[in-house]
Amino acid sequence: MPFWEKFFRRKGSKDVAKERLQLVLIHDRADISPDVLEKLRKDLIQTIGKYLDIDDKRIELEIEREDRSVALVANIPLMGVKRQLKAISPEQ
Amino acid sequence: MDTRIIVVTSGKGGVGKTTTTANLAVALARAGKKVLAVDADIGLRNLDVVLGLENRIVYSLVDVIEGQCRLQQALVRDKRVETLYLLPAAQTRTKEAVSSEQMQGLCDSLRGEFDFVFIDSPAGIESGFRNAAVGADSALVVTTPEISAVRDADRIIGLLESMEKSDISLIINRIRPEMVRQGDMLDISDVVEILAVALIGIVPDDDAVVISTNKGEPLTLHSSSQAAKAFFNVARRLMGEKVPFEELEFANKGGFLGKIRKLLRF
Repeated sequence: MPFWEKFFRRKGSKDVAKERLQLVLIHDRADISPDVLEKLRKDLIQTIGKYLDIDDKRIELEIEREDRSVALVANIPLMGVKRQLKAISPEQ
Repeated sequence: MDTRIIVVTSGKGGVGKTTTTANLAVALARAGKKVLAVDADIGLRNLDVVLGLENRIVYSLVDVIEGQCRLQQALVRDKRVETLYLLPAAQTRTKEAVSSEQMQGLCDSLRGEFDFVFIDSPAGIESGFRNAAVGADSALVVTTPEISAVRDADRIIGLLESMEKSDISLIINRIRPEMVRQGDMLDISDVVEILAVALIGIVPDDDAVVISTNKGEPLTLHSSSQAAKAFFNVARRLMGEKVPFEELEFANKGGFLGKIRKLLRF
């Protein structure tokens, strides 16, 4: 559609339907409720926090879908690596 | 004879599974194919009335499975279209009367006898649906452009995939072109994009469907209405013909068709 139509077109209810449908299907397909996602976020912060300094306010945790596959995508900004880990070399 | 067994399913009830089954069965039989329509909705049979064959039922699918009669005795032959047969569901039994293995066995015994076998699945995701799908080579998923129907279709597609049924095509039923134009109904490209399966048919909402069901005469017996044309096109696609989605033209004067064309790459 030409760009000017976008401005004059009344926003139909189908756009609302599509958005709601896409959201509900992401959860249907991943079978993860928002509650579980929130718990996962807390556990992740706790676990990763043992090893790395992370900015827990800027963590992005999302379920992304592509066709029929769903991925959990986490973006976790690092502030630094904890000092004691640098000192210990692994498996020795 | 190479037999193609197709389950017609949807998840949600009332979206047009039985109407679709009846019309496609009639359309393919009129094209000279030997067709069997199986009603797998045990306890809630309806394919018989939609086809207008309810007065000629003697035995049912359950009788065949339990060995009360031979398959040939249970088949109801349509007098209007020579090569069309119905295997009715039992009305006074429940879906527990049949097991998955028995349905698989029945499907196996139909191979070589027909060109096309359509299995009309009950609504829902329980054993009735699984039994209907278990012996099928491919699936037609029927949906309407409503959130609830599309959501259930998505669930059914997931279940079909988990049953290793990978040949899945989509029929979008009851499209109302005027509402699509006004932006008040999900359009074809929205639904195809969301469900990510191959589109095989677009059927407009058509009063003629109600009238034909009242009479027990599927629309494809007479080929004038919009919905009948749409079902004939699906039948041709099932026979391997490349039929453009012309149904869309009436639905669109703007950029909508272009969007579909791009999506389907034709």
